[in-house]
Amino acid sequence: MSSIVCKDLCKTFQQGEEIITGLDHVSIEIDAGDFVCLSGPSGSGKTTLLNAMGGLDTPDSGRIRVGNTQVDELGKGPLADMRLHKIGFVFQAYNLIPVLTARENVEFVMQVRGEPAQERSQRSHQILKEVGLEGMEDRRPAQLSGGQQQRVAVARAIVSKPTLVLADEPTANLDSVTAGQLMDLFVELNQNHNITFVIATHDTRVMAYARRLIKMRDGKIISDEKQQQPQIED
Amino acid sequence: MTITLRMAWRNLWRHKRRTWLTVGAMVFSNLILVFSISLQLGSYRMMIDNTLKSYTGHMQIQREGYNDEPKMRSSIDAIIPLADKVRKQLGSDTVAARGVAFAMTSSEERSYGLQIVGVEPEFEPNVSTLPGLITKGSYFEHSNAEEIIIGSVLARNLRVGIGDELTLLGSGHDGSFAAGIAIVGGIFESGIAEIDRSMAQLPIGYFQNLFGMDGRGHNIVINAPELSQLSSVQHAVNNILTANDRLVVLDWEQLQPGLKQAIQADFTSAWFMYGVLIVLVAFSVLNTQLMSVLERTREFGVMMALGVKPARLGSLVITETFVMSGLGLAIGAVLGIAMTYYLSIVGFSYPGMDQMAERFNLPDRMYPSLSLLSIMLGPSIVFLFSLLASIYPAIRLFFLQPVAAMRAV
Repeated sequence: MSSIVCKDLCKTFQQGEEIITGLDHVSIEIDAGDFVCLSGPSGSGKTTLLNAMGGLDTPDSGRIRVGNTQVDELGKGPLADMRLHKIGFVFQAYNLIPVLTARENVEFVMQVRGEPAQERSQRSHQILKEVGLEGMEDRRPAQLSGGQQQRVAVARAIVSKPTLVLADEPTANLDSVTAGQLMDLFVELNQNHNITFVIATHDTRVMAYARRLIKMRDGKIISDEKQQQPQIED
Repeated sequence: MTITLRMAWRNLWRHKRRTWLTVGAMVFSNLILVFSISLQLGSYRMMIDNTLKSYTGHMQIQREGYNDEPKMRSSIDAIIPLADKVRKQLGSDTVAARGVAFAMTSSEERSYGLQIVGVEPEFEPNVSTLPGLITKGSYFEHSNAEEIIIGSVLARNLRVGIGDELTLLGSGHDGSFAAGIAIVGGIFESGIAEIDRSMAQLPIGYFQNLFGMDGRGHNIVINAPELSQLSSVQHAVNNILTANDRLVVLDWEQLQPGLKQAIQADFTSAWFMYGVLIVLVAFSVLNTQLMSVLERTREFGVMMALGVKPARLGSLVITETFVMSGLGLAIGAVLGIAMTYYLSIVGFSYPGMDQMAERFNLPDRMYPSLSLLSIMLGPSIVFLFSLLASIYPAIRLFFLQPVAAMRAV
């Protein structure tokens, strides 16, 4: 079954007097549990496509379905609900809430979802342990390294058991060792929890982890290939 | 503590100086408001008390219609026994009967029209400060003395002094001619020229004889122990009067509507100044919270991307303001209470106040009056306006687009 279906997506931006094409009639289907990389140079449309899939941005035309939800028909409130309950986001700049500790950052989303305190506490502890941050739960983002912050961001993205994780340049600010560890974590989560991953990147090391590599340029998909994904040992 | 409250608290201290400046503005305004309102209420209490105690009293028993149209014949029968009954029932000596008439008063050289008030000499000092303002001579010794107490301006106008004789000519209760002679026994100086010029007092016994009152009088003045006990005393007096439905009990607001209007006018002008202070504080809060929201645009964008709805973000901003205003309210109210409490005990004065107070038979120091109302009224309004001021920054969050917000620097 398809996790995401995009049909004929178009999106343009106005920059001064210039009209820039973000998405140019993009159609794509991504299967549930797949591990997909969107690659391409800056301005190729990968982040725009990711944002459209996640309901963060609205395309000018075309249709998007995530699971059974027709995203393009949703208003602001239901879109927020969909992001809260179905999608996990990982951003390039980690984007943790600076006044909350690692544990609180993870629990925040759960609290917004209305989950009980005990479950929040247990689950955040378990997830932080899973991403290798045991013992660092009470540190604030400023007290963590870039890699550790990105792990917290990953923990926050998956704590609510989403069916889909959208990651935008998740390794851009990480050194190669940390980036490798993060990608191993992604693959592990993909394999163990059957979470669909869609990662926008222009990092070739990240692309190597994908089972499906979609290349974009000027808002169009120029290639869509399946590839062998490295196996992560437990 | 919920995460929202925790975030609100920690967000406040991301910019300690800015938060303290805003809290400081609230503390200052709350302190000023607690003190000023306490002083204002205290001075109104003093103003009412002193004005009423000088002559009018807290309340009066009168014949129905007398207050609107004071006629000689609108009198109370057997006024002294009724005053005795009221004193006995209330268990209080601050009750005194009076009769009021008008007479032409002549000395050897000059004549003036006067208001003549017949008073109970033993009880009048309990309801009026006028007997205490005698500057020459003395107050009446007994109620049948053929003596008159006059104001200093009148004494000067009539060119009389203590021991001089005055002739009184007026209309009696039944419309007959009333004439008599009284010796000047005392001269008072109230400081109010109108009273000093046109009012004189006679002992009620002599007054009744002179004006053919046949035991009648025109009002019974009653002072309650405290202004706050007025309604209970009035209720008790009403119960005493149930047998006589032609008598009414009027409180000071009915007797002195001008005093109430003066207080209301002062209250309104003071609140205009308080309003300016409160609006300034509200703008300070608006500025702080707007800055805070603008510099956290990216953070709010991220939270929206995670699925947090604008209403929840708005509630975070309002919670931050709630905590900040609560801090300002608590510190401001505590400091305001401490300062006002101290001054309510030791009092304070300003240059020249003691001379003026002595002249008008008033206390020479001002004492603010602390009450739950004076403590909470100002700070609560500051608190409310601060919360209102945070609504605009909170509403701005409803117009944020996650992607655009996350691009904000």
